[in-house]
Amino acid sequence: MTLNEKFDNILNMKEKEMTFETALKRLEEIVTSLEKGDVSLEDAINLFEEGIHTAEICKAQLESAEKRIKELIKNSDGTFSLSDFQFDVK
Amino acid sequence: MEEKVYTVREVTRLIKKIIEQGIGFLWVRGEISNFKAHPSGHFYFSLKDEFSQLSCVMFREENRKILFKPENGMELNTYGRIGLYEKQGVYQLYVYDMKPVGIGDLALRFEELKKKLKEEGLFDKEHKKPLPDFPLKIGVITASSGAAIQDILNILSRRAPYIEVIIKPVRVQGEGAAQELAEAMKEFNEYKDVDLLIVGRGGGSIEDLWAFNEEIVARAIYLSEIPVVSAVGHEIDFTISDFVADLRAPTPSAAAELAVRDKKEILDGINHLLQTMKRLLFSNFEQKSEKLKSLTKRYGIARVIDMIRERKQMVDEYERRVISKVSYLYSIKLQIQDGLYKRLNGLDPSAVLGRGYSITRRIPEMKIVSSIKDINLYDRLSIEFVDGKVRTIVDKKNLRTTEDSETKEKKTKNNINSD
Repeated sequence: MTLNEKFDNILNMKEKEMTFETALKRLEEIVTSLEKGDVSLEDAINLFEEGIHTAEICKAQLESAEKRIKELIKNSDGTFSLSDFQFDVK
Repeated sequence: MEEKVYTVREVTRLIKKIIEQGIGFLWVRGEISNFKAHPSGHFYFSLKDEFSQLSCVMFREENRKILFKPENGMELNTYGRIGLYEKQGVYQLYVYDMKPVGIGDLALRFEELKKKLKEEGLFDKEHKKPLPDFPLKIGVITASSGAAIQDILNILSRRAPYIEVIIKPVRVQGEGAAQELAEAMKEFNEYKDVDLLIVGRGGGSIEDLWAFNEEIVARAIYLSEIPVVSAVGHEIDFTISDFVADLRAPTPSAAAELAVRDKKEILDGINHLLQTMKRLLFSNFEQKSEKLKSLTKRYGIARVIDMIRERKQMVDEYERRVISKVSYLYSIKLQIQDGLYKRLNGLDPSAVLGRGYSITRRIPEMKIVSSIKDINLYDRLSIEFVDGKVRTIVDKKNLRTTEDSETKEKKTKNNINSD
């Protein structure tokens, strides 16, 4: 797979599929590739753009969460649902 | 004969000998009161029943081995020997071991289960799952009331507000607590969509924490495919669950701290990577342009560039030369034209005559005279003007000296007659 194909793969990924952890790892890989220094200028620019994009995905995930606290409920048919958690103040 | 008088010390020694040799080691049952854990590490307390009270001491070397916290009111079986403390003259029980009574001897059950599960390999390090580096969803199994859930949520919202928390409220003590804990663990493993589990509760007595020492809970933790962090009671409380869990946190707050990454820390990390990336890209640019520079400096390339420059210079040179040549030729042409014109003009004698000159010829041969030397006195001359001729006779002749050239002319003119 050429670098451009890899790049396309990442960009075409739905952001949902790109987990926070894979995105962060990818960002580290990009930096490592750039560190090797044997990258052509064109590839370097592509990597750089991909890195910016990946970092944005990570940051978005960190910022997105309004405080989400749910309660796990097992339904009688064996499926699960989440409801808002209520503190049980005694 | 006087009776022997003993010193206090001698009497004390006597009693000590009788008591210590006469009684020896024994088990004593009673309720703890006046319990004091001295900073030196020794325990001082009394055992009492409804009729009597017995002072007890348990030295640090012995009490380190017990697995529960003695508390006032607790019913104990203690093993030790009766001794006498000479300095104060009091007898007391030197305790070597103690076991709680009534709740089925929990410490013993604890030891038995611990030994059994350890032999089965439930505590093996190889079985412990690594915690995810960057969890986003955390399952929490604990009571919906109490300090544990509050502490966990406080820490998470402060350090990692990006975390989604899914809580399964359960009873954590009393009848059925162990079943609920195990069931919750199973449910999360069916649900799957959490990165790790925190299982725990706040501090309490050994009985309060007991559910976390039940085999069913230990096995549920062991079977979990989701990494489990145990967080039971305080730092000093160890439960079977702690030994099985992938990570033991000393408290629920600590579990939250250990499980997640600080948001700021992650953001700093990302920004650092971005900075490094920018720097590397920039240095890549620099490298390439340096390479370009050094290439142009190399002799071959430099020669080509020189040749181009030389050619350019030559072109300039040619251009300059052509221009100067052309303009030279042009100026020559102008000169020639002008000169020709003048010369052609000069060739027409009438033009000369028009400016006041005249042509003198000697009669009879009519030869043009250009020097006075060709003329003799009384020669006849024909003088041609622009508009006619006269005949004249030379009556005087002066070879020119500078001062009299004018008089001669005058003379000549004076002798002009119409022809």
